[in-house]
Amino acid sequence: MIDYKMTLTDDQKEILEGKKGETLKKIMETVVLFGDIFDAKRLVSVTHLEGHLVTSFGIPLLHPLFDTMKELNDQNITAKGGFTMDPRPLDYQNVKCNFLEKIVFNKILYGKQKEYEEQLLKAGLTDKDSFSCTCYLKECGNRPKKGDILSWAESSAVVFANSVLGARCNRNSGMLDLFGSILGLVPEFGLLLDENRKATWVIEVKTSKIPEAQILGSAIGLKVMEDVPYIKGLDKFLGTEINDETESYLKDMGAASASNGAVGLFHVENLTPEAKDQGEKLIKEGAKTYVIDDAELERVYKSYPNMWKHKDADPELCFIGCPHLSLYQLRKWHDDIISSLKANNKKKVNCQVVLTSAPKVVNEFKKVNKDMYDDFYRVGVTISSICPLMYTNNPLVHGKAIMTNSNKLRTYSMARYFKDEDILKLITK
Amino acid sequence: MSEKKVFKGRVIAKGNFKGEAVVSHEGFNTLASFQKSALLNKKNVIVSDQNNKDLYGKDITNKILCLPITIGSTTGGLVIQTVCNMHINPRVFLFSMPIDSLAASGIVLAKVWQNSEVICIDELGEEFLNTVKTGDTLEVKEDGTVTIL
Repeated sequence: MIDYKMTLTDDQKEILEGKKGETLKKIMETVVLFGDIFDAKRLVSVTHLEGHLVTSFGIPLLHPLFDTMKELNDQNITAKGGFTMDPRPLDYQNVKCNFLEKIVFNKILYGKQKEYEEQLLKAGLTDKDSFSCTCYLKECGNRPKKGDILSWAESSAVVFANSVLGARCNRNSGMLDLFGSILGLVPEFGLLLDENRKATWVIEVKTSKIPEAQILGSAIGLKVMEDVPYIKGLDKFLGTEINDETESYLKDMGAASASNGAVGLFHVENLTPEAKDQGEKLIKEGAKTYVIDDAELERVYKSYPNMWKHKDADPELCFIGCPHLSLYQLRKWHDDIISSLKANNKKKVNCQVVLTSAPKVVNEFKKVNKDMYDDFYRVGVTISSICPLMYTNNPLVHGKAIMTNSNKLRTYSMARYFKDEDILKLITK
Repeated sequence: MSEKKVFKGRVIAKGNFKGEAVVSHEGFNTLASFQKSALLNKKNVIVSDQNNKDLYGKDITNKILCLPITIGSTTGGLVIQTVCNMHINPRVFLFSMPIDSLAASGIVLAKVWQNSEVICIDELGEEFLNTVKTGDTLEVKEDGTVTIL
């Protein structure tokens, strides 16, 4: 048996000793060794049992992933409360691909997708529509409550759950997310503890108008890395109540802070749950300050490289929604695109435009706003539940001039970032 | 002859190794850095993170990666496990700060599930990262000592 430092219950020790089988033993070893690195004193129960897993793609090279899944399936080991997944990597119906691109996607990049999804269903995947990075949206249903302890991964979901819902989750890695869901246990350290939820940075937002969420989040992430920021001055623009609009803003801001840095929790003064409860008591003594004004936002924006092969190319493809769009955002993009096309006396958008959103959000949108849904397809906009990042992994699309309003997608691909207002102009004028 | 500089950190995964340093002064984005080489089944990892001014385009396979922490997507741990499984990983990870949860996951996964020989030391301090330069030869000992030769 491994040497370990934390205190385990008799049941937990039995698993570690291999009395419940070799696979569970290795799972427990991984979780305990991981917790020991962070001086976790014990394992605690996951109170929101539905997990969320980050690894949604069947890339054949991920041998360790498929081998582990096979081992779990063979022994009927499943996640106690089921789990949702990050988005699927492909959607040929809504994201056009040529013959060669499809060959690379099907045979090389995601050649194990079908087999992997079968493995996931056996291991506890909630249902076939549970593929989205925004599992926490009301329509998707995997929404923890304040104080819940989670075993999730997906950086944008973790930062949202911690910050906007007040749940407690560390930035778990792929595999550890599943292992915690199988055991129903996670090591108690980091963002699970009150002390580590206090801010070591104060962000003073002093902009003349509401900052672009994706650039503000990027600026914060690049500055504070994995620390906890307490953001002042944003309530002036967002108000003091969480609603669909503010949730959408904080979703995008958080995702950028988590991908451009490693933020797992932020507090917005007078708005997010713990900031409302505790105010400035959440700020640790000696916290550093970062002032973000118009000039600083512009500096950060201008620092993003243009990775397009032909720097001044006309955009060929536009992805809007990474993380996936909320219902509020789908409606807002509808109104903005349709009215701008009308104002410009145009019938179609200028390039392939893909809005991405969770399957369950899209279903709701189709049901409640069928006219809007039809409008999108009429003007050449498609709605997909794809992961745009997974699409851009195909080397055959690296030469394409892809634009996006996502700082996360920009970071992980050759896509070029544009502000929302610039994207609207480029696709409708 | 210049004086050898010695640093001591906490051992996460022990081992002895002598090799060439590659240094990232900014957070090392695991997915962004490894994804292109891992996806295309390359024999070496050429860092593909456009934001990393220190290491973008550099070969880090079998090198000693010196970094503050890792940042970015929570696939990070699985990505480290996968490159270790492919034997194209940096041989040693040397963190100036306490290791972050994603990198820690990757190292533990690689050790428990792949029996990887990857070595990892953290808490080497800011001075270490300010002193070490890409191209330096480092000697790493299993007690957590790192010497810049």
